[in-house]
Amino acid sequence: MTNTIPCRKMFTDILVELAKKDKDIIAVTSDARGSVTLDKFADELPEQFVELGIAEQNAVGVAAGLVSVGKKAFVCGPACFYVARSLEQVKVDVAYSANPVKILGVSGGVSYGALGFSHHSLHDIAVLRTFPGMQIVLPCDIYQTKKLVEALVDYPYPVYIRVGRNAVPNVYENENIDFKIGKANLLLDGDDLTIVGTGETVYHCLQAGKKLHEQGIKARVIDMHTLKPFDKDIIEKAARETGKIITVEEHSVSGGLGGTVAEIVAQNGNAKLKILGIPDENAIHATSPEIFKYYGIDEEGILKTALSF
Amino acid sequence: MSKITDSEIKKLKLQAEEIRKRVVEIIYSAKGGHIGGSLSSIEIETALYFHVMNIDPINPQKTDRDRFILSKGHSVEALYAVLAAKGFIPQSLLDTYGQFNSKLAGHPTKKTPGVELNSGALGHGLSVGVGMAIGAKMSKSTFRTFVLMGDGEQGEGSIYEAAMSASHYKLDNLVAIIDRNTLQISGKTETVMALEPMRERWEAFGWEVFEVKGNDIEDIVNTFGVLNYSTEKPKLIISHTTKGNGISFMENGAKWHHGVPAEQQYKDAICEIEERIKKL
Repeated sequence: MTNTIPCRKMFTDILVELAKKDKDIIAVTSDARGSVTLDKFADELPEQFVELGIAEQNAVGVAAGLVSVGKKAFVCGPACFYVARSLEQVKVDVAYSANPVKILGVSGGVSYGALGFSHHSLHDIAVLRTFPGMQIVLPCDIYQTKKLVEALVDYPYPVYIRVGRNAVPNVYENENIDFKIGKANLLLDGDDLTIVGTGETVYHCLQAGKKLHEQGIKARVIDMHTLKPFDKDIIEKAARETGKIITVEEHSVSGGLGGTVAEIVAQNGNAKLKILGIPDENAIHATSPEIFKYYGIDEEGILKTALSF
Repeated sequence: MSKITDSEIKKLKLQAEEIRKRVVEIIYSAKGGHIGGSLSSIEIETALYFHVMNIDPINPQKTDRDRFILSKGHSVEALYAVLAAKGFIPQSLLDTYGQFNSKLAGHPTKKTPGVELNSGALGHGLSVGVGMAIGAKMSKSTFRTFVLMGDGEQGEGSIYEAAMSASHYKLDNLVAIIDRNTLQISGKTETVMALEPMRERWEAFGWEVFEVKGNDIEDIVNTFGVLNYSTEKPKLIISHTTKGNGISFMENGAKWHHGVPAEQQYKDAICEIEERIKKL
């Protein structure tokens, strides 16, 4: 059955349920309750909801203050703003000050499609992974999102979470899945090559992997939901056992998932690597699926790359 | 708060001078630091830590403690000297300031007991203070939050986002202080980027504004003594100070923003402070 629930909606639905039982859970936002789908939270738990107007810098600073006095603050809004306008607050008040704020960046990557580069966040992984103490998770479907929210509430580190705007097909069959921050999931095993995805590209990686298996090519597929701390072991093993890795991300080809994998395999010198993502240009004006297709980070593009690798 | 006695005022003045001496010593020894803004803010911090705030150096993390944020993080030497005088850190640790891999960084970090926020980038402290104050209201806790900002720092736009939100949320448990020494690194604040009319601007943001002679312990203590924490308005104290206060040749000189005294200047500075201590 086609999934109709966006991950942001799953995130906030679970957060509301958890917040009803835990008065220390606070949602902070910057006039983004609609974009984030926080209306229900605001209506049902007004005492745990902090609206700060269009002021992302203040929102992140306030969330850091709340956390430092014992609250469990989730600051929520478009990824493009929280990892640009308020980046210094994320760096200093959250990461450097070790305040375990949870930053939910919604409509990340190219979710906003034709709205243009101002609304894209294709740099967030590259930037945030250089902040000591910061952790980064991109869940791939609603089931993983549910597990993630449950894991985040009492998680003692700052975490940036990026989810997309639209409902996407599920990767997992139900919520009874293994999920641990920092531990990647092996979705498909094989020894011919490895395909690694994160967030919304994981589904496309898996579909391409299945097609490759049908053609007799044993592709290994990895769901790298956590970009930091990075599961280096699973990549080293894949490099050793398959010799070829393709990374696929809704992010700049510089410094993100592919960049992280490149740092590992280049130092070990034991695998060939292809990095699929958005090149160093302002992405075309189109819908999110059209952008995926144009830059070859959908099922078809991944398959094409794999067959010529 | 009961009325302060003359002997208590004298004790606070003496404490401030002892702290001033330590600030000059550690900056001279480290051959670096932000001496001008540290010297201008000593009396305010002394009054806060030794008279106003509910804090306990034996239990620096107690949940109902008042919070202090040094948003003008570059004036860290004054804060370290105050924390040492109050017993949060040993005086011997203070002597490591500026040494290789010292635990005391050149801007405040939470590794130092008593520090609530890693600061250094300007325009951050008030937002974090707003978060602490909202958190206190949510928990029905009575602790208060004090945020010390620089006047040059007032150029940062994020401060006004925080100012709006503080009055919106009626944070009468939040006190912001501006160390109004009228100088920033490039010269006079009014030449670099005019900040006046400061009082009216903050009043327009919905704050209760007080003005104080910020290097006069008695005036500071009396002003904090009249603050009412149930007015549903956040409070701003414009603390009129002298940059480099208490060292005659450093006073009102922008070059002493982060100047380091030469040997004779150091000796002269210590001599001036000791003369005042003798008279107290």
